Amino acid sequence: MKFSLGWLKDHLETNASVGEIADALTDLGLEVESISDPSETLKHFKVGEILSAEKHPQADKLKICLVATSEGDRQIICGAPNARPGIKVVVAQPGDYIPGLDTKIKVGKIRGVESFGMMCSEKELQISDEHEGIIEIHGEAKVGQYYTELTDIKDPIIQISITPNRPDALGVRGIARDLQAKGIGSIIHQDIKPVIGTFDSPIKVTLNSNVSKKDCPLFIGRYFRNVHNGSSPKWLQDRLRAIGLRPISTLVDITNYLTYDQNRPLHVFDANKVKGNLEVRKARENEKIVALDEKEYVLDPTMTVISDEEGVESIGGIMGAMNSGCTYETTNVFVEAAYFNTIATAKTGRRLRIESDARYRFERGIDPDFTETGMELATKLILEYCGGEASNLIVSGAPPNKPPAISLDPEKLNSVVGMTVSSREQCRILNDLGFKVSGDSPYEVSIPSWRPDIMGDIDLLEEISRVISLRNLEGKPFEKNDFGVPKPILTKMQRRVSRLRRAFTIEGYDECITYSFLDKASAELFREGKARAFISNPISSEMTDMRPSIIPGLLMAASKNQDRGIFDLRLFEIGSSFNGNSPGDEFLEASGLILGNIFGRNAYEPLRVVDFFDVKGHLLHVLDKLNAPINRLSFKRNAPSYYHPQRSAIIQLGPKIRIGEIGEIHPSILESFGLKGSAHAFTIFPENIPFQGSNSSARQAMKISDLPSSNRDFAFIVDEKIQVDAVIAAIYSVDKKLIEEVSLFDVFEGRKAHEQFGNGKKSIAFSVKLQPTLQTLKDSDIEELSTKIIKTVEEKTGGSLRS
Amino acid sequence: MTDEISKLKGDALLRIRDAQDESQLEELRIAFLGKKGSVSLKMRSLGNMSNDDKAKLGPVLNALKNDINQSISEKKRELRKQAIDERLKGEWIDVTQPSKERKWGTIHPVSQVTDEVVAIFSSLGFSVAEGPQIESDWYNFDALNIPPEHPARQEFDTFYIAGEQKSDKASNVLRTHTSPVQIRYMESNQMPCRIIAPGRVYRSDYDQTHTPMFHQVEGLAIDKNITMANLKWVLEEFCKAFFELEKVELRFRSSHFPFTEPSAEVDIKCSWDDGKLKVGEGSDWLEILGSGMVHPKVLEASGVDSREYQGFAFGMGIDRIAMLKYGIPDLRSFFDNDLRWLHHYGFSTIDVPGLHSGISETAIKSTEI
Repeated sequence: MKFSLGWLKDHLETNASVGEIADALTDLGLEVESISDPSETLKHFKVGEILSAEKHPQADKLKICLVATSEGDRQIICGAPNARPGIKVVVAQPGDYIPGLDTKIKVGKIRGVESFGMMCSEKELQISDEHEGIIEIHGEAKVGQYYTELTDIKDPIIQISITPNRPDALGVRGIARDLQAKGIGSIIHQDIKPVIGTFDSPIKVTLNSNVSKKDCPLFIGRYFRNVHNGSSPKWLQDRLRAIGLRPISTLVDITNYLTYDQNRPLHVFDANKVKGNLEVRKARENEKIVALDEKEYVLDPTMTVISDEEGVESIGGIMGAMNSGCTYETTNVFVEAAYFNTIATAKTGRRLRIESDARYRFERGIDPDFTETGMELATKLILEYCGGEASNLIVSGAPPNKPPAISLDPEKLNSVVGMTVSSREQCRILNDLGFKVSGDSPYEVSIPSWRPDIMGDIDLLEEISRVISLRNLEGKPFEKNDFGVPKPILTKMQRRVSRLRRAFTIEGYDECITYSFLDKASAELFREGKARAFISNPISSEMTDMRPSIIPGLLMAASKNQDRGIFDLRLFEIGSSFNGNSPGDEFLEASGLILGNIFGRNAYEPLRVVDFFDVKGHLLHVLDKLNAPINRLSFKRNAPSYYHPQRSAIIQLGPKIRIGEIGEIHPSILESFGLKGSAHAFTIFPENIPFQGSNSSARQAMKISDLPSSNRDFAFIVDEKIQVDAVIAAIYSVDKKLIEEVSLFDVFEGRKAHEQFGNGKKSIAFSVKLQPTLQTLKDSDIEELSTKIIKTVEEKTGGSLRS
Repeated sequence: MTDEISKLKGDALLRIRDAQDESQLEELRIAFLGKKGSVSLKMRSLGNMSNDDKAKLGPVLNALKNDINQSISEKKRELRKQAIDERLKGEWIDVTQPSKERKWGTIHPVSQVTDEVVAIFSSLGFSVAEGPQIESDWYNFDALNIPPEHPARQEFDTFYIAGEQKSDKASNVLRTHTSPVQIRYMESNQMPCRIIAPGRVYRSDYDQTHTPMFHQVEGLAIDKNITMANLKWVLEEFCKAFFELEKVELRFRSSHFPFTEPSAEVDIKCSWDDGKLKVGEGSDWLEILGSGMVHPKVLEASGVDSREYQGFAFGMGIDRIAMLKYGIPDLRSFFDNDLRWLHHYGFSTIDVPGLHSGISETAIKSTEI
């Protein structure tokens, strides 16, 4: 909402400065977004005259102008279609600040030709939104004269943002009312005398029963004949221009003026173009209208329209039809002041995607009791500036019922807001805002018709506190704040996630936050049968699908980093991924992605590309820090398809619980993400890891033996596809008590192994640690056990001892 | 004999002194003290001597043996030391060569600041609640007193989640704020309560200062007599702790949110000098959050009796306060995951925010925007 200080002073008598007014507005909840004071921002601009204008050799739309300025004749490049010799213009010299561009003019070359300044449009000077051409100064003006001496546009413009609960502040008069309550001046009484009509309107209006109850309960009309609809008077044009509206014709400008002045939207029909009488009704299926924005809209029966005998002439509360709009030729006019329901207007406006000043106001709620007064204000202005005669008023329907009065206990302000304000002052504020306060505490407070947002006493507390000013609110500690030692407040899962995050960093991974949405193609690659969740109104085609996995986001991040020349990457992210489109269709993941070398290029160790087993180590270290039972995990094949089919695994705890997955990323995935080299990734599902059962902080008793342990090494020749875990399990099975640890220390496979042991064979070697607990092992015990181990491995895996 | 012994001694000590290495020394030891060594032979010859001679020469020979032994071990130590010194001379390294790297990763500022916020609010008795990111429009809007078709609903730039359900009525959204967690928490817990709810939120907006995903933290305190003055105190306490300042000044500015009444936007006092923002001083104000007293309709929608309970709620941008505190200039860079950025703005694993040791490792009081 924009208005000028002068406009405000039409309604408010005040000596307050712009700064004081702006400060009061912000404090009241009418937040000032900007103040522009043209007398300040325009003070350095001077008049110039175009002496010549030649076409720019390098650009069709640009002209090289020679301009007489206060500093002498200057060459200025200009793109405005109206730049031509002989016109007087507003010149900005190098160094001048252009408010509409928020920049300072510099001497520069435009397409190879030097330019020493600029000729300004109204938009560039923030006078209006007009930017089709540069300003042409008509009448007496001398080159070098200050532009501000020639224009009336010196009134400071205040722009405020209006929260949706304050439709009354969408009119300058409503803003004045708030300021009066705040003590900034006093509101000027509006003396509106009804005009007595001289004839009956030849156009009658009926409200169809499908709108009269709710969507349009009230319609007031008036016919004016023999009007002259030319350009509106200068004061009115200036008012509109100052807030960025373009003057059109007197009739239209009057409706726009009252929209902003009083928050009272009106519509004017060219009465000669209306066929027969008007009816307010629901639209018929597929009824069409070409509206004033020259676009055709297809309507449906949820929408309220105003129709004549031939069809729809206006979409109620939103926009009128092109064909019955007023033009300079209009001689008879029919003016509409109606009340349209907020929700119905919002729905229609949203469906048709029409943004208009009328819709904006009706959907927030205008003052229904002001409908007739608004019409009288319009009548006065039309008769004054367009002449003609006014008919008697047509009144169909009645304003909606007033809401019931609210009971207010003056003590409640203190008990809710924590502020002490006397009952008298509370009543004074409410009265100033237009409420009627009656009776004794608790008071009966009736709500002014322009405040549809007020529904309960809590709303009254807001009114009082915002006028008193929340700036004066003083903080008070909680009454109950004595907890003793604070208890831990994180849940077990929250603590787990917190540890998880720091565990990843210890393995060298940097935490990323990637967007939760992906492009569809990338999401498909990681869907793995999960239900799709996608956005029906995405912001871009890159962000359509909710991620089914964190890995694609990390791959994108890696790709961008590779583009920047960084190839050794360890990235991780913890967050939700999605497997459906309903609340709760999400699951927690912690994923790591690693690319490049295990160490950067250095003087001490040869470069080595990260391999599966490096990553497996990272995964297990992270899991270990979560106290996951890592000794009971098994690595199974058939990992998701985005992994290398031979170099990937899912991590199971028992047959059912999937703890995570790990693997080298499939080369075709790398290709679609534009990644170079190989990449490995792993994901942990923190929610799937069971919590340890015991609540006791005591550790299990430590079991160590003082008896000496012994180590024996075994190398077996086995089939290539025999997995190490099978051999280890076989060795343990020989004596679970005595065998404390089995560790792999050598793998010999590939071509050379085939030459030595036969095709399809490999050698794997283990160190077996034996730890007796009862008595020292004798050599014969060890021999016996070794024989058993060899035999068991042979039986269970088909392997043989390498000799 | 005595002369002979003293000559032998002089000879031995001289040769030991001149020994070049440990093997020569060993040869000398054998030559003097070995089975057939000259000293040993002399000691053996004592057996043939008279008791007088024995008594006289015995101790002399023993002393000689001891002297030679001691001299050998001294010489041995000396030789070892020389040998080590010699070896170490050849073990010169260039200490200016780079170290062998073993780097830890970094914690993202959003996570670190979330941990800071949690640490501070936990000390005021707030616990951490969570909720889904895909929300029904009931939890995201209706229950928060934002009915369908209300203009406030349009202001959220909501992302709608496409689903199987085609009906106009029920559609799911990406939560536009963390406020639905309030509703879910109040529905399933007894009052009174104090919670915060940090998390991802989504709005269809992308420019210099907006990203379609960002992070908020919601606060909610409900009890029988909680007032807006308590809200102000909590926020003042929070800001002092978070920005690590002795004093901060907050300004409540009346505003409107459908889910709170009265509502206030909260500004923090700051100064802008040469593009440098300093929190806690100066005469400018910077908006940092929105807040208010929970609207009775919101309590009722959550099954809480609004005649018995009241309280406050607030919502704050985590990314935003991270930018303010740590001087991070561009919101969009938070989600670029540029390794250089992560290393520059990220936090060390060992810096776990805690109140007893300080919220952050270094209180950065001046930040550049």
